[in-house]
Amino acid sequence: MERRHFLLGASTLSLVLASRLALADQGRRVLVLVELKGGNDGLNTVIPYADPIYHQLRPGIGVSRDKTLQLDERIGLNHKLDALMEGWKARDIAIVQGVGYPSPNRSHFRSIEIWDTASASSQTLSEGWVSRTFEGVELPRGAGVDGIVIDTNALPMTGTALRTIVMQDAENFLHQAAVMKDAKNPHDDGNPALRHLLAVRQEVNGAAIGLHDKLRDGAAPAYAYSPDGGFGHQLDLATRLLIARVPVVAIKVALGGFDTHAGQVPTQDRLLGIFASGLATFRKNLIAAHRWDDVVVATYSEFGRRARQNASAGTDHGTAAAHFVMGGKVKGGLHGAYPSLADLQDGDLKHTVDFRNLYSTLAQGCWGLRRDFGQRSGRPLDLFA
Amino acid sequence: MVARLGRRGFVGGAALSAAMWVSRPSRAASAMGFDDARHLLSRTAFGATPAEIAAIASTDFTAAVERLLTKVHTRAATAAPGWTSEPLSALRERRQEAQSSAGKTVDGKPVNEVAKLVREEGSQLSNWWVEEMLATDQPLVEKMTLFWHNHFTSSIQKVRYVPALYRQNALFRRAALGNFATLLKEVAHDPAMLIYLDGVHNVAKQPNENFARELLELFTLGEGHYSESDIKNAARAFTGWSLDRDSGQFVDRMQLHDGGEKTFLGQSGHFTGDDILAILLRHPRTAETIVEKLWREFISFTPDANEVKRLAGLFRGNNYEMKPLLRALFLSPAFRDPVNRGALIKSPIELIVGTVHVFGLPVPDQTPLVRMMAGLGQTPFAPPNVKGWPGGESWISTSTLLLRRQFLRRLIEATTVSLDGNMTMGRPDRRTDRVQQMSGQTMEAYPVEGRSLRNVGEARLGPTLSGTDNATLIRTLLPRAPIEAGTTAAESPGAVVAAAMLDSAYQLK
Repeated sequence: MERRHFLLGASTLSLVLASRLALADQGRRVLVLVELKGGNDGLNTVIPYADPIYHQLRPGIGVSRDKTLQLDERIGLNHKLDALMEGWKARDIAIVQGVGYPSPNRSHFRSIEIWDTASASSQTLSEGWVSRTFEGVELPRGAGVDGIVIDTNALPMTGTALRTIVMQDAENFLHQAAVMKDAKNPHDDGNPALRHLLAVRQEVNGAAIGLHDKLRDGAAPAYAYSPDGGFGHQLDLATRLLIARVPVVAIKVALGGFDTHAGQVPTQDRLLGIFASGLATFRKNLIAAHRWDDVVVATYSEFGRRARQNASAGTDHGTAAAHFVMGGKVKGGLHGAYPSLADLQDGDLKHTVDFRNLYSTLAQGCWGLRRDFGQRSGRPLDLFA
Repeated sequence: MVARLGRRGFVGGAALSAAMWVSRPSRAASAMGFDDARHLLSRTAFGATPAEIAAIASTDFTAAVERLLTKVHTRAATAAPGWTSEPLSALRERRQEAQSSAGKTVDGKPVNEVAKLVREEGSQLSNWWVEEMLATDQPLVEKMTLFWHNHFTSSIQKVRYVPALYRQNALFRRAALGNFATLLKEVAHDPAMLIYLDGVHNVAKQPNENFARELLELFTLGEGHYSESDIKNAARAFTGWSLDRDSGQFVDRMQLHDGGEKTFLGQSGHFTGDDILAILLRHPRTAETIVEKLWREFISFTPDANEVKRLAGLFRGNNYEMKPLLRALFLSPAFRDPVNRGALIKSPIELIVGTVHVFGLPVPDQTPLVRMMAGLGQTPFAPPNVKGWPGGESWISTSTLLLRRQFLRRLIEATTVSLDGNMTMGRPDRRTDRVQQMSGQTMEAYPVEGRSLRNVGEARLGPTLSGTDNATLIRTLLPRAPIEAGTTAAESPGAVVAAAMLDSAYQLK
């Protein structure tokens, strides 16, 4: 009895050790958030092409079968996402279906804030979910920066636990630093309020200068990005940061223009093309740089769009949508359940996956951190190999 | 002086700075000019539009100060939520009701109905105050109301009886430019304060020193001017001051009062709370504490010791009347010294309310504004502790600086949309109109990508700013030359406004 007890103890210990090593190993992945601004129409992105209701709801703007890249016997991708098929076949692109939250809010700003802070619909939080994930976690201080936003919306990474910089500001500052001749005098004119303000700015931008050096010395991406809409430029910068191994926990980029209330098809087609070509190039570059296993790309958007098209060949603000998770260690394929078109709520899809469960899965898969974002009963998704 | 201006010119870089910021000397009984006018309003109002600055720029500075202090309202212009008049008994009943419907769950969690009620009332009260700050035609009254809220702090986190916080706010507004001695006495009897600093638990058998300590340390004398024994004796003097269980109003429970002899600041007697307040009002430090705090609010981070003594003497000489003190403060050489322009950091409330005011944004719902205030560290009715918001430099950290810029960028990049989906800026742009007509379904405004303030020029500036030349726009928005160069006079007014809002100098007042 005694001995068995002891053995049990020893094997438990070795299990604990093994899992701790595993956590340390996982702790290295960088999350690359891709915000699709304006509310991307999930139904025309990941298409339930075999469902006759889909074609009834969207007689004018529905994607026809011949323009659908079939993923299985029911679900297909918009043909403009063709560039992603290579990753799909290599099984490092996961599609999470029906992502949303209860009591959906249809205001752009409020809903993106809910996504950015991982709050409940009725709850207001001021710090971003990535920052909240790192509350109480010791991060290496050496790099001077923990998160980089190559976009204007820094909320997911804003908070006390992370040092986040907005890259546009960094570039601007570097430009100004070059312009300013007298670097020792920050020109506060003896004004203590200004002196403090400039000191804080310096702290934020000090990180930017360190980055600048790393980027200057780092290798360029192997494959060039197309300059469309600035998305390629953002991904180029993200690629350089990853190749230079800047030790950040997250990078954020964004593609805007998805608020397609009228004449949706040409607009969304163009954006999906930019999105797919950008991320396909990103994947190839990171594979070439041996970094693809250390990166997890995840898309999000404030909401999907109404199931039925409107009178202007567009769609209005809706609820749940499919989202992409990609990376060398991501389990490709379809995840979650596609919301039923026969069971709409006020004309909108009912979500099947709470976005906070997706975030919990990402926090565990990228950084080995267990966070439930208030979803005590939520089960993690099986996204990581 | 010349050297300093020269440096500023260098900082501003482009064409906009040097010539514009040469201060024009103003003569007595003559037009104060644009920059003095802007400065006066930046300190006494929540932001100022070009028209508001122009309206006083041509008047004499002394006359403008006088106008700020005459015909002062003592009541709010907007209607407060109905429940603010509820007595304590009604609140108790509502809470019992709420409690009985408990057991519900949202998102898998049990709901604390009472906490929810307090939160909801707190949110309505904050929204109402922000509405008042935006609606008032006497922003100085609201600024002083906020000043007293930050001096005689009470927080909803502890008070929980939200109507009492509303009444305390009304008290601060009545006393905003009234009499400090009267205000101090009323605060000591104020129900929210009695709850917040445990006056209700202060009884002869078990004195509670919380209120007495903060009264001496924060409200009047300041640290180093009293002993622990003074606190103990003062606490005994206030025993018995309490609340009526039903009305929620002040009641003096004589049977719980310690009638014994107390020794306070070297004097002895059978003191009551009123006696303690009278002694404190005779102490020179009390006036100095208030003057120092007003200096940090209106002039600069570092009060001038000699000026504080002079103004405190004047304050006491006028029986603690606020108007003579504020008049003297605004007319003091330090207030008008160009060195002190832009020498203070805008509080989150000043940044947010001021920006909305200057841009003339309609605000159908104050919630997103209050939320942003919270994010930036200043939730109305919820100061962090009894010391209030420390303010000054502490307003700006790496995280709040990013958030402040985020808030401003949001206004710049998506001015067709509210912070919460429906606050449109000025008139909606034509494309939005067209799209809405075409879709015929959504009444909601939404962002049109690539249509930011940066590249549409004047068309989207609201009525408060449109038609103003670029140089005046910058001088309106910034208290000093821009810190970050990068805007040239040739750019569109929209781009100039965007650059000014994101300039470090925009954080200053």
